[in-house]
Amino acid sequence: MARFTSGNDVIAREIIDRYPVAKSAVIPLCHLAQEQDGHLADDALVQIGELVGITPAEVLGTASFYEMLKREPCGRYLVNVCTSISCHLMGGDELLHHAEQRLGVRAGATTADGLFTLEEYECQAACTEAPALQVNYRYFHNVTPADFDTLVDDLAAGRLADTIPPHGTLARIRQRIPSDRAAGAASPIGGAQPGWLTDSPALTDDGSNP
Amino acid sequence: MTITDAKPIVSTRWALDDGHTLDRYLTTGGYEGLRAALRRPPGQVVEEVKAASLLGRGGAGFPAGVKWGFCPPGVFPRYLVVNGDESEPGTYKDRILMERDPHQLIEGVLIACYAVGLAQAFLYVRGEMALAQERIATALNEAYAAGYIGRNILGSDFSVDVVLHWGAGAYIVGEETALIESLEGSRGMPRLKPPYFPAAIGLYGQPTIVNNVETLSNLPWILSNGGAAFGALGAETSRGTRLFAVSGHVKKPGVFEVEFGVTTFRDLIESQLYGGGIRGGKDLKAFIPGGASAPWFYEEHLDLPLEAGAVGKAGSMLGSGAVVVMDSDTDVVKACHRLVRFFSRESCGKCTPCREGTGWLEKILRRIIEGQGRPSDLAMLLDVSDNISPGIAWPPRQTTICPLGPSAVSPIASALLRFREEFEAYVGGALESSVEVRGAAYGPKRVEVAAT
Amino acid sequence: MTDVKREVAVDTVSLTVNGAAVEAHKGQLVIDAADNAGIHIPRFCYHPRMKSVGMCRMCIVDIDTGRGPALQPACMIPVADGMVVDTLSESTKKAQDGVLEFLLINHPLDCPVCDKGGECPLQDNAYAFGPGESRFVEEKRHFEKPIPVSDLVLLDRERCILCDRCTRFARDVAGDAFIVFQERGGQTEVNTFPEHPFASYFSGNTVQICPVGALTAGPYRFRARPWDVEKDESTCTSCSFGCRITVEASRDEVIRRQGVDLDPVNWGWMCDKGRFDFDAMNASERLRTPLVRDGAAAREATWSEAIGRAADALRPALDGGADRVAVLGGARLTNEAAYTWAKLAKGVLGTDNVDCQLADGLPPEVVFGLPRATIDDACADGGTVLLLAPDIKEEVPVLFLRLRDAVLAHGVKVVELTPQSTSMTPLAAASLRYRPGEAAVVARLLGGGDGGGLSIDGDVSAARELLRGATRLTIVLGRPSIGESAATIVDAVGALLGGFPDAHVLTVLRRANVHGALDMGLTPGLLPGHVTIDAGRDWFTEAWGRVPAATGLDATGILAAAAEGKIDTLVLLGADPIADFPDHQLARTALDTVGTVIAVDVLPNASTALAHVVLPAAGPSEEAGTTTNLEGRVLTVAQKVTPAGTARADWHIAAELAFRLGHDLGLESIGGIWDEIERLAPSYAGLTVDIVRRAADRDGALMPIDEAQLAELDGARVTIASQRHRVDAGSATAANRAAAAESQEERQADELAAEAEQSDDEGKGVARGASTSQARPPLLSFAPPATATELPAVDAYGLRLVVSRTLYDNGTLNQHSPSIAGLARVACLRLNPADLARLGLDATATVEVSSVRGSLTLDAVADDRIPPGSAGIYTNHEGADPADLLDVHAPVTTIHIGTKS
Ligand SMILES: Cc1cc2nc3c(=O)[nH]c(=O)nc-3n(C[C@H](O)[C@H](O)[C@H](O)COP(=O)(O)O)c2cc1C
Ligand code: SF4
Ligand code: FES
Repeated sequence: MARFTSGNDVIAREIIDRYPVAKSAVIPLCHLAQEQDGHLADDALVQIGELVGITPAEVLGTASFYEMLKREPCGRYLVNVCTSISCHLMGGDELLHHAEQRLGVRAGATTADGLFTLEEYECQAACTEAPALQVNYRYFHNVTPADFDTLVDDLAAGRLADTIPPHGTLARIRQRIPSDRAAGAASPIGGAQPGWLTDSPALTDDGSNP
Repeated sequence: MTITDAKPIVSTRWALDDGHTLDRYLTTGGYEGLRAALRRPPGQVVEEVKAASLLGRGGAGFPAGVKWGFCPPGVFPRYLVVNGDESEPGTYKDRILMERDPHQLIEGVLIACYAVGLAQAFLYVRGEMALAQERIATALNEAYAAGYIGRNILGSDFSVDVVLHWGAGAYIVGEETALIESLEGSRGMPRLKPPYFPAAIGLYGQPTIVNNVETLSNLPWILSNGGAAFGALGAETSRGTRLFAVSGHVKKPGVFEVEFGVTTFRDLIESQLYGGGIRGGKDLKAFIPGGASAPWFYEEHLDLPLEAGAVGKAGSMLGSGAVVVMDSDTDVVKACHRLVRFFSRESCGKCTPCREGTGWLEKILRRIIEGQGRPSDLAMLLDVSDNISPGIAWPPRQTTICPLGPSAVSPIASALLRFREEFEAYVGGALESSVEVRGAAYGPKRVEVAAT
Repeated sequence: MTDVKREVAVDTVSLTVNGAAVEAHKGQLVIDAADNAGIHIPRFCYHPRMKSVGMCRMCIVDIDTGRGPALQPACMIPVADGMVVDTLSESTKKAQDGVLEFLLINHPLDCPVCDKGGECPLQDNAYAFGPGESRFVEEKRHFEKPIPVSDLVLLDRERCILCDRCTRFARDVAGDAFIVFQERGGQTEVNTFPEHPFASYFSGNTVQICPVGALTAGPYRFRARPWDVEKDESTCTSCSFGCRITVEASRDEVIRRQGVDLDPVNWGWMCDKGRFDFDAMNASERLRTPLVRDGAAAREATWSEAIGRAADALRPALDGGADRVAVLGGARLTNEAAYTWAKLAKGVLGTDNVDCQLADGLPPEVVFGLPRATIDDACADGGTVLLLAPDIKEEVPVLFLRLRDAVLAHGVKVVELTPQSTSMTPLAAASLRYRPGEAAVVARLLGGGDGGGLSIDGDVSAARELLRGATRLTIVLGRPSIGESAATIVDAVGALLGGFPDAHVLTVLRRANVHGALDMGLTPGLLPGHVTIDAGRDWFTEAWGRVPAATGLDATGILAAAAEGKIDTLVLLGADPIADFPDHQLARTALDTVGTVIAVDVLPNASTALAHVVLPAAGPSEEAGTTTNLEGRVLTVAQKVTPAGTARADWHIAAELAFRLGHDLGLESIGGIWDEIERLAPSYAGLTVDIVRRAADRDGALMPIDEAQLAELDGARVTIASQRHRVDAGSATAANRAAAAESQEERQADELAAEAEQSDDEGKGVARGASTSQARPPLLSFAPPATATELPAVDAYGLRLVVSRTLYDNGTLNQHSPSIAGLARVACLRLNPADLARLGLDATATVEVSSVRGSLTLDAVADDRIPPGSAGIYTNHEGADPADLLDVHAPVTTIHIGTKS
């Protein structure tokens, strides 16, 4: 599989419709493709180009700029150990070293069983909880080597399957704009001054519409 | 100690388990700021925010109300892009705001759209923050259903869509013009300012306001309580409260909301309310006052207030509110390398000096740490730095488009000039350099700047 | 008057550059203002024809706008009054040295084996500004050795300095974003998508603008070093657009063509065919010796014998047999050669059976008889263009680039009227389809008339509003399909002019110098300079001694007459009717029937194979002279190498033939011929050798020449705006460039002047006539046809045929060019997916296509560019040719499809 399933195709079009210019949907669609396949296959990039009206090369140009978008399959669990400054100061390097030992792979590689990919990552915005790591972009704070071992055991045993979906799935909740509530994408071309931008308030003091 | 009893503004719901839900939000004053805003003409809302002198919390610290005023009159549509890309090492506050109080942010977004006539808002959340994305998606769905977002908000003729967008891993996308490129579906490479000031030429070439998550999260309170009440807190130009993340070698690392412009670094690092002092009974060696790109501060700076002007005068910045503390055992060469590595990995690659220079600096530092350094490397570090940021001054001058390249220079100048003997020990020789360094915070201890 | 943009009132801004006061246009970039002041700021990413990105940072200089000097990229900052620029300050120098050092740390030191060595801006800048020794001891970035990004272009990523020129060109200029930046930061590289090569008609431009040797052209790689190459400025003759180019030769062989930035024409760009097809001239099959045929086999002959044979065959024309002689072709010739041949045919032989178009063009009164527009007129800000033409990307590719830019950057609105979607369709404000043959129906609707109840695709009324609201309307006019007759297009032109009488016309006839050949009278009914035979009879009789008695036959008429045995001798001037005439059956019968076929050509083809006499002619870059592009701009072409073998210049062959027939044409040099053209051809009056020479160094001369142009050409040699095409940021240092340009200008000037001197020295001046007794004859004008072409009823079971070209095909030149030959495609039948489904065909079906004329076996393919009810076949593709189905006498052709049993 690589092209969108019919279900995802519907979602893809819904996403595109939210933007004033279709090309803005490239990254969200890459995430969608990655959610479907775990990584970005060439066919997916081609199809995203078709959907938003740019060449496959342009889609690739954008996708390859971003770290989270993987051209090659990676493990079911992507384990990103932070070794940026705060975590570095608090033992991130040692944690990474331990992770390499425990998983038996160097950072950047995937375990033979395809379960784990280990990466040395930059700051994850968890600096006060150092050292930190993420599994499929779910946080684990103040991780000791022992915590790490437990985590790996739990993941391998499927005990965290409920909280950590397989690699590729980020948010499990999608934004849905109900059609009867949508204000609509604001096209950059020929836009008029918004109706409410006047010298009078939008609501009266009692909260009703003046 | 200058710890004040100012009440928190943006972190009030952090302790609540269900602070992120619409129900809880509504029972704790939620969406009152929006109602207050809609009961005034948009222009007055802008005035209220100007009166609050709310400085941007994304790093550059530009007054929000003033920035809003930069949209060229008569040019529509205008857009809002919310900068939730928080990625600068040491920085950790926007994520909590998004995870624990998403409605507060959404309410702020709506107030900004109403005030400035922004026709659509995009909430750009950092890609790696899955929980924040879920919480915001849920909050948006709830708010749409409840009539707070979308067509005819609260029955008025104010209509705007707020679109959740998330990134895919690239720090540079936090820079506002790169953020716009990325939101347009392109590689996140910054645009040159001028001419590409977003307020004039932004998303799709239209006037665009880019604001940080924390900046916008302040708006509901300001509208509910008045700009004057906000402006009454703080000192000098630094008004209201502000979030600071204190990380590194402190006993109680954490994110704290303190009165802006009054509280000092010493309070933040040493007070039991906050950092609780250096862990393991060690001494302070250095601290980064405002994120990885800020020049380092030392003991003599501890009593500086967390006030933008004073910190700037002392040669650094409050930046993104990230205070990283290094104790006396810290290997500053390694710490320096770790910071430079970040910028070299995260360079977008557009400007030659940044693309090639930061990589070169990182390689030299790595070589030094691996024991392959030469004494001449130390001068070379400064000279290469000088070619990225001429004069190694503060605020930095740059041969690049955006400040990322010059950011790699701060840790090098800080560490190398203050702790040269540690570098010299690695390379077995003395630093000899002809590069003149003009940053006030750089170099050996200077007592005079401590007395403010 | 040639350059609309130049006319825009320019506010002047005063600034100081390195202490000197400099004037610049408002809005001009500092880097351009400095260039004009003779101060060169080093640069890599900046290119004057593309939007600045300011990313290489090489051009950073100290700029002070009142707040103290700050390092700013000169390529991004517009000039401002009172601005102080210092390109020599200490900080500037340090910063620029730094940038160079940064660029070199990852750049391989393989200059000695790099194609760019010797003309490399990086190398030049490194010498001029660089620090010398590298302090970089770390490992350089490594990439796999050169990867082919297309059939013509190779990419060596190690050499790339990431200036974004090729990628910007591909995306912004060509609209072919097939090469892009990939990865990030220090890992950034330029590359294609897997299995999606940089298949662009314009790929060669990226090689030219690459400031290092990262992109190289397969055909040029390792062929030469810049120092043993000689170059001259010339004009491309691969199509009629007239791209200004340099022709570069080494050891008497052309090895490279590069674009020159001619402001009103090509902006420095070329298409790949024009850039690379010169290698056909070095093909081993090249005609090098005259051939004569006795019986079945052709044999080599001396020039004397071959010319003698040809003269013998033509001689009966002198004694009343003029009608039994015909000349086909001539669009390949220079103006001078075309004139000489016209004089031979019409003035000596007395035949008017002369046609440089092969039923694929338009009648000359449409080309010249309407107010003409220039390329700049069509592309100028805010204009409106009505496109009733073939796919310009396929036929005159650089016009596509200009029009694309006009739409995207200058607010030009395009309304397209075509039988199938084209490359312009996505850019058009309105795109209307008409059923083959029925252009006039839609044209009448657009003009406000009645459509006769025919249903039309697309939004006609929106298009009509656009056209009505146009302040300046240019009709870009050509043959959208050669499957419909020229008459149907002439009808449409008549209808359009009825609705929009103020419109101007830019004709897109594809063949190289077809506009020049028409100018010179290689068309029935006309004498040189847009004069009808009747109007010019006295004037030309006095000058030439003879003109044809009456209007002769066009190509179709000639071949039809030949097929009926009414033509004894047929001269083919670079024409190959067997392959190139839209009606194969007619062409074949004609050539089989004619007594003597005389072919003057450069390469063997299906028609030379049948010829009784083959005279080898000089090819492009082997003969000097001028050409006239589609807007009437006269441009010089340079002779850069000697003709292959014993091949001779075309004009020479004509003069020699005349001589054998006992007539002296009085034409002995290019300059002399030009003098006579200027003197006799009314539309060229005033365009003296001297003016052409001066114009060659500028933007060429737009004919007819007027006072404004003359005044401009008399003015300062180089103005701010026209200097543009002198600055080719892609190669050589400024000093080298200036020197090369100087010496070349002098050389060209000397050549032309020397030749002019040899010619007769009659008086000069605009008002001068052929003789004192004659008034200059009037120019022809267009009158819409009184009755419309009658079309057959629509056949519900048939499909109307659309016949169009692609840039690469099985044309003779293409097939003999090793670089281009492989790019031609196999013929197929293009059907709308709905028709394909309706006919129950799957996407790979092989079908039998038949018309009243014949049948073909083809693979059917789904192609939504073809509207339902029509069928498309490209002409000159491998395997099958629609000319087998066409009857040139019919206005349209209907085909039927049967499955192959
Ligand atoms: C390299 C770089 C990275 C940045 N990253 C962020 C970021 O992650 N989040 C943020 O809000 N602002 C970031 N900024 C600042 C933004 O460019 C911009 O100033 C800010 O979003 C404006 O919002 P504010 O006025 O509300 O602070 C960054 C700036 C630079 C130069
Ligand atoms: S300074 Fe670095 S990150 Fe910023 S635009 Fe230039 S290359 Fe990109
Ligand atoms: S930055 Fe100006 S030429 Fe490259």
